Amino acid sequence: MDPHLLEQLNGERRARRAAVLVTDLSDGAGRLIREGEMVSGALGEVVARAFRTGNSGLTEAEDRSFFINAHLPQPRLMLLGAVHISQALAPMARVAGYPVEIVDPRTAFAAEDRFPDVPLDPRWPEEVFAERPLDAYTAVAAVTHDPKIDDFALKAALDAGCFYVGALGSRKTHAARLERLKSLGATADQLDRIAAPIGLDIGAANPAEIAVAVLAQVIAAFRARGNAAKVKEKTA
Amino acid sequence: MQEATHLDEARDPLLIAERWRQDGKPVAIATVVETWGSAPRPTGSHLVIDAEGNFHGSVSGGCVEGAVISEAGEVIETGHPRMLEFGVADETAWRVGLSCGGRIRVYVERLG
Repeated sequence: MDPHLLEQLNGERRARRAAVLVTDLSDGAGRLIREGEMVSGALGEVVARAFRTGNSGLTEAEDRSFFINAHLPQPRLMLLGAVHISQALAPMARVAGYPVEIVDPRTAFAAEDRFPDVPLDPRWPEEVFAERPLDAYTAVAAVTHDPKIDDFALKAALDAGCFYVGALGSRKTHAARLERLKSLGATADQLDRIAAPIGLDIGAANPAEIAVAVLAQVIAAFRARGNAAKVKEKTA
Repeated sequence: MQEATHLDEARDPLLIAERWRQDGKPVAIATVVETWGSAPRPTGSHLVIDAEGNFHGSVSGGCVEGAVISEAGEVIETGHPRMLEFGVADETAWRVGLSCGGRIRVYVERLG
């Protein structure tokens, strides 16, 4: 492997950006593909699938054998609000492979004994995101019901291109939220990306069921990355 | 415990390989490229090895690392990549096997 290629690959991995390394097994030549870059020919489809699934494997193309190594950042879920839904969602999401962090500056909610084994940050989202930036492999679900906490976080999530942005609240609450986010500078396309009312429509009737609906929506959004129409259809 | 969301600088094999190289050490990178059955480590897993036989990462549950490390020495010397295959039984060319009953193919290449 070319050392320069390894440095580039590690740079992408450190920055939590996805990359696919294609190695031609006949001569050992490698090629690094960053997410969003187009690859022509038979390899293109295989590379696109590797980005989508995160699965690595051998493939034949142009009479050669290639190894496709998918390096996807670990997806994570940032939960705004140490509320009842979060108590159910945090362990479920962790089991599904989405590590959770909960942010809630209201210290009465963000009590550690309510959230055993979950990283809990009792600061404002502004401070937390400055330290640990949001990115395309982070899902953000805002469930505090408090615009002072949720609004900034939602705008930050849209600006960072988070793969999922969901917000709790009725249609009426959400309409008012869209107006506020617009005044914060959010574009129509950005606002369209917010999943609200939050969660897949499974008729969830209590916090634990809402948590299931949110987690399913997060997974649907993650697996449909790079396919905006599919995201909309799946999360509608 | 949750999955780590950021790379572990002290333990990530590819980060270690890059540092070894910067320190002027010869390095080989071994990668699981195919698995059948109950292979212990998924496709894409890495083991990195230096010329003294120091290593980080894994390509199995520890059953075939020894063989990969000794092959890596030759890959570092010659610069020619190799494809190794390990199966259940001890009859394989490498005289080691996977106790889990799986089979794996491991590609070993030199860095630089």
